[in-house]
Amino acid sequence: MAQRNIIPIGPQHPILPEPIHFDLVTEDEKVIDAIPSISYVHRGLERLVEKRDFIDFAHVADRICGLCSFMHSLGYCQAVEEIMSIEVPQRALYLRSIWAELSRIHSHIFWLGAAADAFGFESLFMQAMRLREPVLDIFEETTGGRVILGVCKVGGVRRDIDGDSLKGIVNRLTTLKGALEELSNVFLNDYSVQHRLAGVGFLSREDAYTLGCVGPMARASGLAIDMRALGYAAYKYLEVEPVVESAGDCHARCRVRIREIFHAIDLIRQAVGKIPAGPVDVKVTGTPDGEYYSRVEQPRGEVIHYVKGNGARFLQRFRVRVPTFSNIPAMVKVLKGSQLADVPNIILTLDPCISCTER
Amino acid sequence: MSEPQEIVPVEKSDLVGIVAQLFAEGYRLVQIGCTTLPEAYELTYSFDREYRFRNLRFTVRPDEEVPSISVIYPNAFLYENEIHDLFGITITHITVDYRGTLYRTAISTPFSIGNVKFSEPPPQKEKG
Repeated sequence: MAQRNIIPIGPQHPILPEPIHFDLVTEDEKVIDAIPSISYVHRGLERLVEKRDFIDFAHVADRICGLCSFMHSLGYCQAVEEIMSIEVPQRALYLRSIWAELSRIHSHIFWLGAAADAFGFESLFMQAMRLREPVLDIFEETTGGRVILGVCKVGGVRRDIDGDSLKGIVNRLTTLKGALEELSNVFLNDYSVQHRLAGVGFLSREDAYTLGCVGPMARASGLAIDMRALGYAAYKYLEVEPVVESAGDCHARCRVRIREIFHAIDLIRQAVGKIPAGPVDVKVTGTPDGEYYSRVEQPRGEVIHYVKGNGARFLQRFRVRVPTFSNIPAMVKVLKGSQLADVPNIILTLDPCISCTER
Repeated sequence: MSEPQEIVPVEKSDLVGIVAQLFAEGYRLVQIGCTTLPEAYELTYSFDREYRFRNLRFTVRPDEEVPSISVIYPNAFLYENEIHDLFGITITHITVDYRGTLYRTAISTPFSIGNVKFSEPPPQKEKG
């Protein structure tokens, strides 16, 4: 008879360097149940709306997470702009899309490195981190920040990027694309990588849908859910095509993210080719009165920023539903039935962001 | 941007039936949110199908129980545990009930009535 054990993983563990805990119930080497536990570092940022002016609060939203910094401020600002009927200038919309796609590129490259580390390919991890640097350099040159950008504000953006710099960004991304093709070739075709990821952590299309999966995790299981199709920022002017795979395993989630990096580079090229001249912000007058759910496609999937105001300078309610929170039920589903040795790969290919979750 | 968003007021007693209908129609559960009002809580259940965003909304008093929808949507358990831990609302028959241990907050139920400070709406200007 198989011996049943409970293996605690996290909140500090070599294979899970994020403050989330799992109790893995195992029978020999097989995981038969996974019980998640979160909130080791919950920050209560949602309640800060009671003490921060709605304009200043964009800085708080910016700091929910490092990897998704820009996307959080974008989602928050869009929600406030919607209830205040603010028309954001076209140039600002394009700049928002450019920074958003740069965020996606750097997040996905970071993920490639973390995944390589999880399956024991340390040199690949270092190569990925090296390739992420040019994107952070672009952030620094265009916003002044490498991680927390602080460039999105209610009514537009704080900084413009001149035409020559935009062309320079496209050229640098074209160079990066070449290096990324070499790197991605290892992830896509290397025998050892395929052996560790293909057929592991399978999630069916039906389960992905009923469990509320979002982002690359949903798309790797065949669901074409991508909030950019809503046409926020400048996406309505760009040719956005959700990247979908059907295998539903760890390797499919890897392939989705790799293809999304190249798609993001193409979207930036499109945006630079179409960006109109003009102002990058408008003066904001009045106070928010109403409510709105802003939906944005973060690197990890659909994020929702809900704001509710009553005409005062301080919002009544701010809620963030982050993609990792939405993906936790599917994470539990995938872990059940897996081999213990595959747990690091499964968790990493779901790309949990606990910083976002502990907003 | 203006994504059309539908907020439908419902009765608490009709919730499970309507949610089952939405499940049958192919909607996915996007989130369950809660907002503290001066004397009640406003619960909003958000669904999506092909980018159509629909919300069901009702209010409950602090002492009222709310039925779980986790039998219909298995991912609802996480949102329901969250609402219980942050707002103190009792949700009955959650498929995976953490019994108040999902969130480790410095104060219990930080979003409950009494813990939340409400901003005053600005005075209305009289029309001359």
